[in-house]
Amino acid sequence: MRRLRSLLTDRLALGLLVLAALVLGMPALKPLFAAAFPALDRPLYEADGFLALTLDHLALAGGASLIAVLLGGAAGIAVTRPFGREFRGILDAVAAMGQTFPPVAVLAVSVPVLGFGPAPALIALTLYGLLPIVENTVAGLESVPEPVREAARGMGMGPGALLWRVELPLAAPVILAGVRTAAVVNLGTAAIASTVGAKTLGLPIIVGLNGSNPAYVIQGAVIVAALAVVLDAGFDRLAARLTRWRPNAV
Amino acid sequence: MISFEGVTKRFGAWTAVDNLSLTVAAGEFRVLIGPSGSGKSTVLRMMNRLIAPDAGTIRVEGEDIARLKPETLRRRMGYVIQSVGLFPHWTVERNIAAVPDLLGWPRARVRDRVTELLTLLNLDPERYRGAYPHELSGGQQQRVGVARALAAEPHILLMDEPFSALDPITRGALQAEMAAIHTATGTTIVFVTHDMDEALALASRIAILDRGRLVQSGTPLDILTDPADDRVRDLVGREEWGLKRLAVETVAERTRPGETAPGDPLAAGASLRQALAAMVARGTDRLPVADGQGRPMGALHLADLLRGPDRS
Repeated sequence: MRRLRSLLTDRLALGLLVLAALVLGMPALKPLFAAAFPALDRPLYEADGFLALTLDHLALAGGASLIAVLLGGAAGIAVTRPFGREFRGILDAVAAMGQTFPPVAVLAVSVPVLGFGPAPALIALTLYGLLPIVENTVAGLESVPEPVREAARGMGMGPGALLWRVELPLAAPVILAGVRTAAVVNLGTAAIASTVGAKTLGLPIIVGLNGSNPAYVIQGAVIVAALAVVLDAGFDRLAARLTRWRPNAV
Repeated sequence: MISFEGVTKRFGAWTAVDNLSLTVAAGEFRVLIGPSGSGKSTVLRMMNRLIAPDAGTIRVEGEDIARLKPETLRRRMGYVIQSVGLFPHWTVERNIAAVPDLLGWPRARVRDRVTELLTLLNLDPERYRGAYPHELSGGQQQRVGVARALAAEPHILLMDEPFSALDPITRGALQAEMAAIHTATGTTIVFVTHDMDEALALASRIAILDRGRLVQSGTPLDILTDPADDRVRDLVGREEWGLKRLAVETVAERTRPGETAPGDPLAAGASLRQALAAMVARGTDRLPVADGQGRPMGALHLADLLRGPDRS
């Protein structure tokens, strides 16, 4: 009873449970959709398995987020080092541009160059995720108190030790908030990538919209929503772990 | 131990340190004092190469520090700053262990050293080793800051106004602890302050700086009895000069051995200023003196305070 209760109040566990049930058990809901939409010949999207679509969706959103973290993190670190300070303005401008471009426009521009498939989608999502990560990396590193930096240098930490042992751990909560924004946006935007031929959970949604099949739309959308809940809860868990040392840590 | 030869440092048009020559002997408690802008912090920060001089040579233990790797040099010296700068994401234990960890000490040795240092600085090891810096008071944080600086048993400890931000009671307690640590370890300490009372209480030798130049260098008694010029006279305070002079001598130096007097005894290590305060408070001109173990040593007379200092 107690375990059941803790399971039900744990957002992450509950979300994972619901997500797994939806991904694996969607075919079992066929009678439900048939009853809800009696006018439809095919009440269940069956062209691709939901598990495969979910994995592809995650690979695209996760891959783009990972690349954005590596590029954005490296760029954010570089412009806060003595050698990179002068590139700060350029980096801000580039990252802001990536954010202002609607992802659909990036998709449209990159298709003629890269063709249809996951590649243009990956590029669009990566560009889209860069700004929050770059901005938060810079803000996080700049929030490290100067006395802490001076004490670290004064006791003989080199630039590498200072970065890895002191600056990045202290900046981590702020950087994580940027990664979270990028990942959540990418998770939703990955659905649009199906318009350029990437297989994602956007596929049933787009097919459903084109073919006036609301059941398909719902099936794709609920799984994306469940993914978003799990992702959000996961980031909450991670943030709590990274800020244990703070005065009001949960 | 540390020597400056013709050292100059400019920041733009401002000359912070001007052709300075200065030596700090091994085992000395050397206090650098001067008004703001006198260059005292710059001098300190040149000792561990946080600032590089424009001209001149700085030697530490005989080596020209310009030829050493800054990290190697700094790991041999402790460094304590006014704003403490503890790592907020590390426990007290890990903060103190920072330099031993950089030097690759074995874990058991680090742990023992942390216990030893917390005890030395009057922090209960079991209560505080796992605490985070934000859980400590300002005084406790600076105690951990001092422990962190002493962790790798440095020969030299650099302290930049370490107690200026603390309340007077905490400051006094930490000053007493620093004096005890200096006596116990024999570490060479270079200590920057703008507080003359602090300098007189702690220093074995004081260097007075003004506009990047050395104005006077000597023991607290030298500074008080033979000030080099008006700037020094201003620093030691014209009105309170007498009290300051009493503060730099201990009761033991003026005690008449063998004599007795009524009342609670004074400690031999107390300053003459404290003795005078006790006489005024108790309305007497004689007080008994006891040594560290509480054994009677003799008596101190008010008249003994009025003599000039014994200069040998």
